[in-house]
Amino acid sequence: MSDVIKLKKGLSIRLAGKAETVFAQVALPELYAIQPTDFHNLVPKMVAKVGDKVQAGSVLFFDKKQPEVKFVSPVSGELVAVNRGERRVILEVVVKADGQNSAVDFGKADINSLSRQQVIEKMLEAGAWPYFKQRPYNVVADPKAEPKAIFVSTFDSAPLAPDYDFVIKGNEDAFQKGLDVLGKIAPVFVGVHNNGAAQVFSGAKGVTVTAFEGPHPAGCVGVQINHVNPINAGEKVFTIGVQEVVAVGKLFTTGVHDFSRVAVVAGSEVKNKAYFRTVVGAQLSTVVNGNLLSDNVRVISGNVLTGAESKAEGYLGFYDAQVTVIPEGNHYEMFGWALPGFNKFSAGRTFFSWLTGSKEYKLDTNTHGEHRAFVVSNELDKVFPMDIYPEYLFKAIMAQDIDKMDQLGIYEVVEEDIALCEFVCTSKLPLQKVLRNGLDLMVKEVG
Amino acid sequence: MSSLRDFIDSVKPNFEEGGKFSKLRSTFGAFETFLFTPNTVNKGGVHVRDAVDLKRTITCVILALIPALLFGIYNTGYQHFRMLGLLDTATFGDIVLEGIIAVFPILVVSYVVGLSIEFAVAQMRGHEVNEGFLATGMIIPMVMPADVPLWIVAVATAFAVIFGKEVFGGTGMNIWNPALVARAFLFFAYPTKMSGDSVWYSDFDASQAVDGFSGATALALNGQGDASIFNFQNEFIGFIPGSIGETSALCCLIGAVILLWTGVASWKTMFSVFIGGALMGYVFNATGLSPLCWCEQLVIGGFAFGAVFMATDPVTSCRTEKGKYIYGFLIGAMAIIIRVLNPGYPEGMMLAILLMNTFAPVIDYCFVQANINRRKNRVKNVK
Repeated sequence: MSDVIKLKKGLSIRLAGKAETVFAQVALPELYAIQPTDFHNLVPKMVAKVGDKVQAGSVLFFDKKQPEVKFVSPVSGELVAVNRGERRVILEVVVKADGQNSAVDFGKADINSLSRQQVIEKMLEAGAWPYFKQRPYNVVADPKAEPKAIFVSTFDSAPLAPDYDFVIKGNEDAFQKGLDVLGKIAPVFVGVHNNGAAQVFSGAKGVTVTAFEGPHPAGCVGVQINHVNPINAGEKVFTIGVQEVVAVGKLFTTGVHDFSRVAVVAGSEVKNKAYFRTVVGAQLSTVVNGNLLSDNVRVISGNVLTGAESKAEGYLGFYDAQVTVIPEGNHYEMFGWALPGFNKFSAGRTFFSWLTGSKEYKLDTNTHGEHRAFVVSNELDKVFPMDIYPEYLFKAIMAQDIDKMDQLGIYEVVEEDIALCEFVCTSKLPLQKVLRNGLDLMVKEVG
Repeated sequence: MSSLRDFIDSVKPNFEEGGKFSKLRSTFGAFETFLFTPNTVNKGGVHVRDAVDLKRTITCVILALIPALLFGIYNTGYQHFRMLGLLDTATFGDIVLEGIIAVFPILVVSYVVGLSIEFAVAQMRGHEVNEGFLATGMIIPMVMPADVPLWIVAVATAFAVIFGKEVFGGTGMNIWNPALVARAFLFFAYPTKMSGDSVWYSDFDASQAVDGFSGATALALNGQGDASIFNFQNEFIGFIPGSIGETSALCCLIGAVILLWTGVASWKTMFSVFIGGALMGYVFNATGLSPLCWCEQLVIGGFAFGAVFMATDPVTSCRTEKGKYIYGFLIGAMAIIIRVLNPGYPEGMMLAILLMNTFAPVIDYCFVQANINRRKNRVKNVK
């Protein structure tokens, strides 16, 4: 076992509605969608047309800016819709499954005999390349880039997140194979949780393993990068999730791109909170319908900090292994700011909920206040375990000062790393959006 | 509750864009959000948020100020009767009543003038009304002498809100603590109303004052005063003449506990101010420049009040954590230096905080720049 990095800063939001580590029988839905909005700055160019028959692994569209990056269908069936939003932006590419499970065969390969370039080409061809997110900017990785490292975080510390020690069961070999593949592209670093990391994670071979301990965001891969091998200006790092590593491993050992996943449905408004077997981009209807405790709810693909707002007719995000359902907070509260607040969760102690110990809270989507300028100091730093001054970074972004953003470390962070800052912000500033604007500006101006 | 909500919902359209009273939009919004926390939901970022908002934070500050304010009211009455030599006959009720009569109008003037300007500016800019002034408006009367004319309070408050805050862009953007801007403005513009021996007593009248009465404050006396009044116990509890809310170190301590426990104020700043003050006080006492012992320096002349409520103002203090130690320490040290070495301006705390408000960004700059350099050096080490 290698080093243990103990993080003190952060916050574990004690959200009610955690799932048991059991599988629920959830039927697979008919519809599946790949949503280009899951990938920042992607300009999709359609290849398949509505009505086309596709197999799992058939190309649906590619990225106009880097045409070699292809996005493929997760199931076999028929392309039934390309749903567009404002200015004809493609939101969803919907495939209706035929139940045949036929898949494109990309051919088995002996990992050891492949060159770096062959590995990359195979991943691109099979539509597995988008699994790589690239820092800086949190975009789909550039196949021509030479990343200094690939990072995998094997635990998710976000509220109600899936337990990967449980999720990985049965796929241990494929995970290690996946790591072997990644090792062909760049040195691989694996972050594991110090308590109870599965043997497959902590004993991963051919990689650098680092153990982490502490509250959220200890499981955020960006935090782990910052502590293990921080990104400097001009450098690139790829990140990839646990189940995606498994999919890559299977792609090389079986020749088939396997889109099956394990996800968790959790949250205070869910009746049966459990893990379920699903497929990338699956419609949430079979998970959500009939499984809710109330009507006025928000369905989220992902966790409550970084997930995307969805609905029963929506689809599981490309990178998501979690569906969360919490109450909507579209109600008024009389003198809400003045009440003692025994049932209000807060990082500080301005509400009397500090008396109630480690109780779990049923949080809703209310903002609990209005936008203000930055007033309170040090609240962001307390939940941000990186050697970066978050407030100064945000101010530089708001002022669109590119030099300052660069100097203050914008290359090291993506939205999920600072989601807790947004959660605790007394001034209710939309900090993830601010950061995204900053990253987009950097992409545009610096590239 | 729901009937009130229904009423608000029924009149709300009048105040929205295009409504009859859209010019009063900010005012309506301020009252609406005072009564009900809004029903807005998170969109596009986090789906849940911490329960705290600026209203709650400011409420904690106000709660922390209340003990000092209540004591200030009592002490104003107490000093009034002491001046008249009637302390033995005055009942608790008399004392409190006199205090209320003296302090309440100042409080009202401060709030009315300040909030009117805040509402007007918010409306002009089309912003929501900020909560910041609710604390400032309470601090301003507390740093005024009891006998200050009301028109002066009005002028000072207006000056502070307009030139201390709004010209910079409102709450969160100002450089100097607005309440201290108000006090400093008066201190230099109307020195006779703000210092001397008589202003500390409500309705001061030399002809009625008890024979041989000296109204001087502990600071002006610099340790030479009547020991029956100016002993450590009185100075700590607060039965000494001074600005309305600042005399009681004890009440400031209660406030400090509230602010630190809720996490609203930084213990780093507060603690360092006391360390800086104690150290400087010790040095001056040891070298014979001041007869006051270091512990006395910390309980007289608004030192405790400034340390607890004004140095810790997050907007005008350092915003880097390491910077807060330096910022606080220098405030404490400067306050005592100004006090001891410059008898012309015995109130060192006000000037020390304003001075360090000015330098806080410089201190922050050094720490932020160090972070930037660290990042740059990382690149060099890699190559």
